[in-house]
Amino acid sequence: MNHKTFFWFFFPTALAMILFIALPLTSIVSQSFHAPHEEVLLVAEICDPFGCEIETTIDHEATQSLKDSQPLGKWVGFQIYSDRNHLAFNEVAKFWQSKSSFTGFLSSLNNLPFYRAMGFTLTYVIVVTPLVILFGLIIALAVNSLHRHLKGLMVFFSLLPMIVTPLVGSLILFWMIDARGIIGSGLQELFADPTLSLKASTGLTWITLIVYGVWHSAPFAFIVFYAGLQTVPKETLESAMIDGATRFQQIMHVVIPHLAPLVAFVALIQLMDNFRVFEPIVGFSAEAHATSLSWIIWNDIGQEIRLLSSAATTSVLTIIGVVILLLPVLIRTWREFNPEK
Amino acid sequence: MFLRKIATVVALTTIASSVWAGCGISEGRVSIVGNEFPAIQTVGAGAMECAGGGVTVEKNLTADHQKINVPGMQGNPAEFTTAIVANSSIVALMNNDVIRPLDDLVAKHGQGLKKSQLITVNGNIMGVAFMANAQHLVFRADILDQLGIAPPTTYEEMLVAAANIRASGLMDNPVGGAYKAGWNLAEEFVNMYIGQGGQFFEPGSAKVAVNNQHGVDALHMMRALSNFMNPDFLTHDSNATSAEWKAGNVALMNMWGSRVGPLKSDEVDPAVANNTDIAGPMTVGGGSTPASTLWWDGWTVSKNISDADAEATFIAMMHAIRPEMLNDETSPLAVWLIDGYQPTDAAKGVFAAAAMGTTPYPMLPYAGLMHSAAGAELVDFMQGKETASQALADLEAAYTTAAKEKGYL
Repeated sequence: MNHKTFFWFFFPTALAMILFIALPLTSIVSQSFHAPHEEVLLVAEICDPFGCEIETTIDHEATQSLKDSQPLGKWVGFQIYSDRNHLAFNEVAKFWQSKSSFTGFLSSLNNLPFYRAMGFTLTYVIVVTPLVILFGLIIALAVNSLHRHLKGLMVFFSLLPMIVTPLVGSLILFWMIDARGIIGSGLQELFADPTLSLKASTGLTWITLIVYGVWHSAPFAFIVFYAGLQTVPKETLESAMIDGATRFQQIMHVVIPHLAPLVAFVALIQLMDNFRVFEPIVGFSAEAHATSLSWIIWNDIGQEIRLLSSAATTSVLTIIGVVILLLPVLIRTWREFNPEK
Repeated sequence: MFLRKIATVVALTTIASSVWAGCGISEGRVSIVGNEFPAIQTVGAGAMECAGGGVTVEKNLTADHQKINVPGMQGNPAEFTTAIVANSSIVALMNNDVIRPLDDLVAKHGQGLKKSQLITVNGNIMGVAFMANAQHLVFRADILDQLGIAPPTTYEEMLVAAANIRASGLMDNPVGGAYKAGWNLAEEFVNMYIGQGGQFFEPGSAKVAVNNQHGVDALHMMRALSNFMNPDFLTHDSNATSAEWKAGNVALMNMWGSRVGPLKSDEVDPAVANNTDIAGPMTVGGGSTPASTLWWDGWTVSKNISDADAEATFIAMMHAIRPEMLNDETSPLAVWLIDGYQPTDAAKGVFAAAAMGTTPYPMLPYAGLMHSAAGAELVDFMQGKETASQALADLEAAYTTAAKEKGYL
């Protein structure tokens, strides 16, 4: 393909990427370095059905010319990145100096919104990603060994958790695990503890969210592995069988090595998805126990007074987090495609 | 011949309906955004009556209204021509300068409005209020009678009553409360802190000042109450708390006046519905100011729309709150500020709140930031993970950071 053909071939994709990825990203990054201008406050008489009172309000005219000349707001550099509601450098340094023990330091970090969110997010990523791969593989192997008449039906049922919209799926489970819901009261019965509540303790809430995460994402890993299983070379399997390999040995030495690139692919996608965990936190009303960076962004822009710069900063931090997380996988892929000459 | 007659009749009816159904407006665009409880649904439906002919009326009533009203009014022309707001949420619209003064429209079309309905800032009319609301005591008359307890007038009495009910074995968790982490929990803190006699900000400044004895006392009372609540209280908003009430699990709660109607509706178990009664808000810590806040709900008109659309919107919203809309069905839905409203039994809680001198929710540009910070930072204390003063220090730190970013400090 010559350069001109390649250009026209690639042009629509490039345009879409610039419009929908590069430009919003630029806007977010620039927003995170700007903050609104200082508001001029004004004392005014405000009257409502309950009477009149002297209250503070904003004088829009006073800052209008400033706002017109610098519509992005004032340049604050990394100030929002380092403030208490984000990376909180000053607070962390203070905690480090006054720490009595390392665990004490960690628990005081838990008091800062960013680190609190990271604590849950990283736990979620580290636990959910391998479990999703493991369960996906087990389901794929199980379905693959079924009779061909049953396969279609089982593939459909195994995919259901992924088909349900995450928010709806988590809301349904939220009511089922309620102390008066079917799962919640079932668990109370099982553990003979009538006060057991999955929603009232931080540990149980985390476990609930992690179980939900595995339930929701395992079908994705399953369908990828199931597709991969259809390409496992029959000859190799047969020769392994002739050599007397058990089914477990066949899986360990033939099937899994064959699926290895797919495992890397699923891990990549899952690391990225799990780091952005969001819907279950909203669906399970879990914000008292577990937050994530995505939840912080949503919370910043969903309040009566929106914190746009703060939300932009957390978005940039999320992107940086995803990049750090994916770096090992990306480096490996890069090496595979660019073997040293 | 026959067909032509029919066609003429149809054409005439269409023309007639476009004039009459238009509430006197011939053209314009009306688009409403607002919260979704029954009283506001009624107002939205009233404005919809003006649709027809050259007038389009759309409504988007949702619990998430405050997430979409500012972005939907910042464009030019604005997507929403009017936002139904309360005293807390009008502040965000004023902060962003997206609503217009209504003085000219009130002079032209606002006959029949009472002066007290007008929300004015330095004499400029910025909104029109149509109802008042407050949180107050809701109690189960049968349970209290059975144990010989009088309806509590203070939170301290509520704790004693709750302990009695639990000891009697009638209910395990007799207290209800919308303590969901976030806005609801912060609202309960605002109530309790005001009841303790606290001031949120240093006078005349955006500097927060809640880390004091009033704040600590308010938090300790909230935690004492939570001991008598369903252990999942941090996930319960007003809807979930109402559901607990309807299920007969709760005998005492502090709840919005506008939510009492549904608790007594036909769908609810008559044993609960018939015994649901209300009283004024409670005081706390020996104070005389009720631990509650007064709220109004009203509507505003967008700044970034044409004068014709603004006029159409104003007329449609005036139509929605005209005195004739009050009837047996709509009157109990709220404490209407509309001329000719006859208070019903469902309104006595809010009237008692007003009579007791309940403080209105503060209409300060930065009050919302304090509210958000409280909703996020007080949960650790409510779970017993940190002390009250640590939680309040966190609240102050989170607020101060946000207020600096927004340019208030």
